[in-house]
Amino acid sequence: MKRRPRIGSRVFLGLIYLFLYAPIFIMIVFSFNSSKSRSVWSGFTFEWYAELFQDSTIMSSVSTTIAVSVLAALVATVAGTFAAIGFYNMRRRTSSPFLAINNIPVMNADIVTGVSLCLLFVSLGSILKYQLGFGTLLIAHITFNIPYVILSVLPKLRQMDKNLVDAAMDLGCTWFQAFYKVIIPEIMPGIINGMMIAFTMSIDDFVISYFTAGSKVQTLSMTIYAMTRKRISPKINAVSTLLFLFILMLLVIINVRQIRQEEREKKLKSK
Amino acid sequence: MKLKYLSAPYILWMTLFVVAPVVIVAVYAFSNAQGGFTFDNFSKMGDYVSVFSRSFLLAGISTVICIIIGYPIAYILSKERTYLQRILIMLIMLPMWMNFLLRTYAWMSILENTGLLNRFLSLLGLPTVAIINTPGAIVIGMVYNFLPFMILPIYSVIVKIDRSLIEAAQDLGAGTVTVFRRVIFPLSLPGVFSGVTMVFVPAVSTFVISQLLGGGANMLLGDLIEMQFLGAAYNPHLGSAIALVMMVIVMICMWLMNKFGAGGEEAVML
Repeated sequence: MKRRPRIGSRVFLGLIYLFLYAPIFIMIVFSFNSSKSRSVWSGFTFEWYAELFQDSTIMSSVSTTIAVSVLAALVATVAGTFAAIGFYNMRRRTSSPFLAINNIPVMNADIVTGVSLCLLFVSLGSILKYQLGFGTLLIAHITFNIPYVILSVLPKLRQMDKNLVDAAMDLGCTWFQAFYKVIIPEIMPGIINGMMIAFTMSIDDFVISYFTAGSKVQTLSMTIYAMTRKRISPKINAVSTLLFLFILMLLVIINVRQIRQEEREKKLKSK
Repeated sequence: MKLKYLSAPYILWMTLFVVAPVVIVAVYAFSNAQGGFTFDNFSKMGDYVSVFSRSFLLAGISTVICIIIGYPIAYILSKERTYLQRILIMLIMLPMWMNFLLRTYAWMSILENTGLLNRFLSLLGLPTVAIINTPGAIVIGMVYNFLPFMILPIYSVIVKIDRSLIEAAQDLGAGTVTVFRRVIFPLSLPGVFSGVTMVFVPAVSTFVISQLLGGGANMLLGDLIEMQFLGAAYNPHLGSAIALVMMVIVMICMWLMNKFGAGGEEAVML
């Protein structure tokens, strides 16, 4: 018999959720505040939302963020999947130093990764006559995304039955056919998972972008940072509210899909 | 088998964008603006001992608070009904997905001297508090931002604990406290260790939280590095030296954690 939590622990749980959500709730409320104050309520308005969509800096940084995140996630997913399959087919002794290097961007503090890439781009740029911008931003995002894809694909490869590939090739598959007809479908959940992690890492990143994007390109995080540094505008609250609703929707969709899939699997098993 | 050559492009990429940058940081750290070899950058760090100690102190305090709050939460969550667990865990992850600048900014409006907290306090007739721009505000910001990183790994280790181990202990006469102390807690340590690294590393290197909540006076290592690259005190050689020291510290932490974490995994398998 599993004992259910008592009243005291429920209260503690409630307090922690209050701690986690109070700031977000306050931001949402004040995004509708008609004055610029961050603590005095003076009436309801949609003004900040209207201003938000007319603010060309914010709008262009949103499109930069989406472009970088989508491109980086796609490139990193393809490259990371190939790399994971390659590492899986090496001898452990050969692959382990590569996997150790692969872990460097995951382990290092963001600021160290950002600073080191910044130095590389600046020193290469002075030779190649290329300045920090969208290109370097994209390279940086791909670089910190690939390790996460590899870390999510490799376990799936290790779970896979090794004989499947051999069987396919014995039955006359070329190695390329074995690759896309046997391996890829088998590790697909890992690939999808890796792509989603990569995408969220990119969307959420501020520090590495800050050091590698230069002064001409801005991601949304960088725009928000600039806004918090100078005059404070309730537009930030409006951005937060929209982002929060977007993420909430995304999470609900993912969870509903997951629950449905599990129910389907249960039904299949009971048959 | 040709499949192993599929990793060749990434190995090339890694060499160029992971290994080369680290090498460049090391070269910068050991050279001066004229390109000569020097240890000056490291001896200059002596001027910033206070920044180093403040960073480690605040990150350490935040990590300890995260364990004190996060462990019980993870434990309570693991005892809830399955469907409720799913929702509650999702609610822990949700703020993590929101831009952390915005989350920190929200705390600015709460903790300000004329902010919501003080308005609330004076409404109750209590004296107001001056928290913003103090180390305390930085700790609040760190705990708020990194608490989910402590809860989630501990939770995922606790739910995977084999129930038959707990039942065996109970059959052998252990009470709730003994079961927790002798079975659940030792088995959950790998989760605590990974939580500690996931909180400590970003906390010790942050520069946003200290700038937004700590004002200018409470400089942390992250601020110091940022200043050397993009700020007024432009000196990438010194910045690289600090970054290198930080990298070494992180690696040592990771190595220690891996050692203990791996030991924990063996315990799980046994």
